[in-house]
Amino acid sequence: MLPLARFGTAILAVLLLPMPAIAADTLNSGDTAWIIVASALVLFMTLPGLALFYAGLVRSQAVLSVVMHCVGIACLMTILWLVAGYSLAFGDSVGGWIGNLGKAFFIGVGKDSIHGSIPEVVFAVFQMTFAIIAPALIVGAYVERIKFSGVLIFSGAWLLLVYAPVCHWVWGGGWMAVLGVMDFAGGIVVHATAGISALVIAMMLGARRGYPEQVRPPHNPGMTATGAAMLWVGWYGFNGGSQLAADGGAGMAIAATHIAAATAGMVWMIIEWTKFGKPSLVGAVTGVIAGLATVTPASGFVGPLGGLILGAAAAIVCFYAVQLVKHSLKIDDSLDVFAVHGVGGILGSLLVSFLALAMFGGGGLAEGQTAMGQLGVQAIGVGVTLVWSAVLTVVIVKVTGALTGGLRVSEDQEIEGLDLASHGERGYDIGR
Amino acid sequence: MKLVMAVIKPHKLDPVREALTEIGVTGLTVSEVKGFGRQKGHTEIYRGAEYSVAFLPKVKIELVIPNDRVEQVMEVIRDAAETGQIGDGKIFVIDVERSMRIRTGETGDDAL
Repeated sequence: MLPLARFGTAILAVLLLPMPAIAADTLNSGDTAWIIVASALVLFMTLPGLALFYAGLVRSQAVLSVVMHCVGIACLMTILWLVAGYSLAFGDSVGGWIGNLGKAFFIGVGKDSIHGSIPEVVFAVFQMTFAIIAPALIVGAYVERIKFSGVLIFSGAWLLLVYAPVCHWVWGGGWMAVLGVMDFAGGIVVHATAGISALVIAMMLGARRGYPEQVRPPHNPGMTATGAAMLWVGWYGFNGGSQLAADGGAGMAIAATHIAAATAGMVWMIIEWTKFGKPSLVGAVTGVIAGLATVTPASGFVGPLGGLILGAAAAIVCFYAVQLVKHSLKIDDSLDVFAVHGVGGILGSLLVSFLALAMFGGGGLAEGQTAMGQLGVQAIGVGVTLVWSAVLTVVIVKVTGALTGGLRVSEDQEIEGLDLASHGERGYDIGR
Repeated sequence: MKLVMAVIKPHKLDPVREALTEIGVTGLTVSEVKGFGRQKGHTEIYRGAEYSVAFLPKVKIELVIPNDRVEQVMEVIRDAAETGQIGDGKIFVIDVERSMRIRTGETGDDAL
């Protein structure tokens, strides 16, 4: 009875946490090699993947500013992650709410300390690349009109006050981990937090000048597709790496991820084809990204069929979410961060309750848990995350606005474009 | 001398250049331009949002020719650039006072 109970506890822990926390603390060089590569893949998602994905969608006078937002965020988040972020997320838990500062400045995170089967410094760097892309996703909400100082202050505060706590709750052994919330690679931690915060900051900042009738269409769909392709490839590391091991689980996560991305791209194409008469490149790659965001929380828990279903659901739900936010609610979440990433992450976080079942080819739920029971757990996880992220974002935006003398650039600067107004550079100069 | 300025559809540039070369035109200047006429603009749809594009891309060609070639050049450009659809463009002819080839200093028709 006792060994069986212990075995059950072990299975439960593996299911609850994305990292095999109870695995023997011996270094595995195969696992280590994979997570080092996966870290590079996830950084590649932001730089230049997400930067190009977003840069192609804005007007040509703001192309550099969007890339600059991503570069600035990558630099600042790295420093903050080292100073306190990692410790707040993965330090010893203070009541399940937040990590203590015992690992500030990576104290004790040497090359000989082990996390599961990989060096802890590799784990810390892998997680750092997630901490970079999460606030970078929000860039899409405020393009073409925000001060660069505002981007840095907002993103830094957001990392420490929104991302780090939620990351701790889910992956750092916090209360959501104890509750049994399933989030394999960040549907809640990354996409729900960034998505809802994007919606909030877009509402508070106000729409781009001329929205909705007179905003400019995406200036370079080819650039957007290039960035989306890099995101797609990088996502192998995002989801496959979240297994924290080079094993069949990582392989299955990658399979589900890829299938979801392809299916969502295909379905989005079909929706546009039937609704508007032509399937567009921007639409197809938007579908791919929606599929990737949606499969993220489920990727290590579902099988290939789960990926297929998640992809189809992602395209349909996110397509109509874009229409709802932009055209019905008239919120200028400019590059649809909430509708694509937020809604996708939430959708996947809820659907995993069913698609993790063996009947869909998944790995099963925790012992004794039912799909409806798990759905309730997931709903609590998602709901609390949305409320926490939204409330803290309101506070951060208010404070950032006060510190920067207003978060928006002047109307003249917005017309001139952020490239010249904020950075003194031009993306395109015929004859140079 | 006359300046012939034609605004045409971008994909008609090569046929126009070939037709003009055939009748002995030795040089012209090309610019990518935007504008609107009876064709107006068009709409593009991204993620379900319609964007109206007011100015359409066109190509402007400019060439200076002796007075006696104007009719022939206009005819050749029209033949080569015509699709029969709205938006095919326009041809303008303007008097040119003087000309000079920078390398040799030749002037008038000799500079063309």
